[in-house]
Amino acid sequence: MAVIEVSGLTKRYGDRTVVNGVSFTVAEGEIFGILGENGAGKTTTVECIAGLRSPDGGAISVLGLDARRDHERLRGLVGVQLQESQLQDRLRVGEALQLYASFYPDPADWRELLASVGLTEQVNTPYAKLSGGQKQRLSIALALIGNPRVAILDELTTGLDPRARREIWKLIRAIRDRGVTVLLVTHFMDEAERLCDRLAVLVDGGLAALDTPAGLIAGVGDVDGYRANLEDAFLALTAPSHDS
Amino acid sequence: MSALSRLTGTEARLFLREPVGAFFALAFPAVLVVVLGNAIPAFSEPSADFDGERPINLYLPVVLALAIGTVTMTSLLGVLAQYRERGVLRRLATTPVKPSALIGAQLGVNVAALLVGSALMMIAAAVAFGSRGPESWPALLVAFVLGAAAMTGVALLIAAVAPNARASAGIGTLVYFPMLFFAGVWTPGPMMPDAAQRIADFTPLGAASQAMQAAWSGDWPQPLHLAVTAGYALVTCALASRLFRWQ
Repeated sequence: MAVIEVSGLTKRYGDRTVVNGVSFTVAEGEIFGILGENGAGKTTTVECIAGLRSPDGGAISVLGLDARRDHERLRGLVGVQLQESQLQDRLRVGEALQLYASFYPDPADWRELLASVGLTEQVNTPYAKLSGGQKQRLSIALALIGNPRVAILDELTTGLDPRARREIWKLIRAIRDRGVTVLLVTHFMDEAERLCDRLAVLVDGGLAALDTPAGLIAGVGDVDGYRANLEDAFLALTAPSHDS
Repeated sequence: MSALSRLTGTEARLFLREPVGAFFALAFPAVLVVVLGNAIPAFSEPSADFDGERPINLYLPVVLALAIGTVTMTSLLGVLAQYRERGVLRRLATTPVKPSALIGAQLGVNVAALLVGSALMMIAAAVAFGSRGPESWPALLVAFVLGAAAMTGVALLIAAVAPNARASAGIGTLVYFPMLFFAGVWTPGPMMPDAAQRIADFTPLGAASQAMQAAWSGDWPQPLHLAVTAGYALVTCALASRLFRWQ
């Protein structure tokens, strides 16, 4: 069953088209990744799916509801982690989770969630005193506090060290195993390859490829005598000559 | 606990955790009255320098106006601009609670702080200098509420149009100090030059200050001053709600 259906999504800022006719569907329980260079339209795409921006063309349905028109209802069903969205400096970790838990009808146990992102010791730490990675993990926890059916995560593990990234991957797989559909934006090829069931590669606002990580790699063949990896596939898709 | 009450409670705790802001909103009006009262001889006695008025009766409404200006132009304005710039409002837009609820919670916290700060000031004036408060409480309340609403509207409008938190703080300061002048912080009551007073009539805090001074001596405020404050409140709130950007 398709949980997210994007068809012909187009978004312009002024006369600049940042997303141009993108279509894909995400199945229930899938971990779906969006890859692309800076400015390829990844964040705009997920912000439209999250109902935060109005598309200029195309249709987006999430859980059978219209992303923009039914935004009110979807806000309770979709958890969103945004890039560059901070909390109040003096807000403590435990307070933030309890506050956001109070917004939802059936929230997750905030102490369990805190433990699963490894922040139990920071429960009384003010936001300003957290490290970059800790802020990121808190942000992910806030996206999951409402027990969402769909989680949209932008720049999932940016700023995390390798060990913390693997902890977050484990967490994402665990919530997927509970039936949550995950849509994530990432810059990291290893993350996309290890974590995602399928990937959409955006180039200049258009959908350049849509496949499993293995399928994308198989499309490239050998590079300089070595077996291609996902980065090779990505570079081949986003190479400037690809435009022609 | 409901989302709104938890949001308001959390914002109140955050307010109290900013010691400088909390001091200026809650304690500064009372401290200022005590300092002024000790600096001005015969604070509670009729004075020839003030056309036979008691200096305290001229200063207390001015300090109330200053309290309104401080809470709206520094505390409220600073928080609103920061919450947008840091993406706090945007994050809230992804939850079932609207970002406007956070602005409502902030308004509630700042109104409460203003009321507590003003009450502490009145108590300090009563205890230290035997102030009997305004001659007309109803008139004072009307003037105070309209003045606070006008300045809240100005703060919301600045937060709405300023491109970022720095600009917002800069505009806030540019508005704050002239407002304090027109409210009579440096030249209370009859000491203000006539020309300045004509301008003050048409500024939100100047009009509020004069309306509160009238209430203090038992007169009903001039219709002009009530109209000016009410007008500012309506126009600025309407504009702010149209122009406010959530991200």
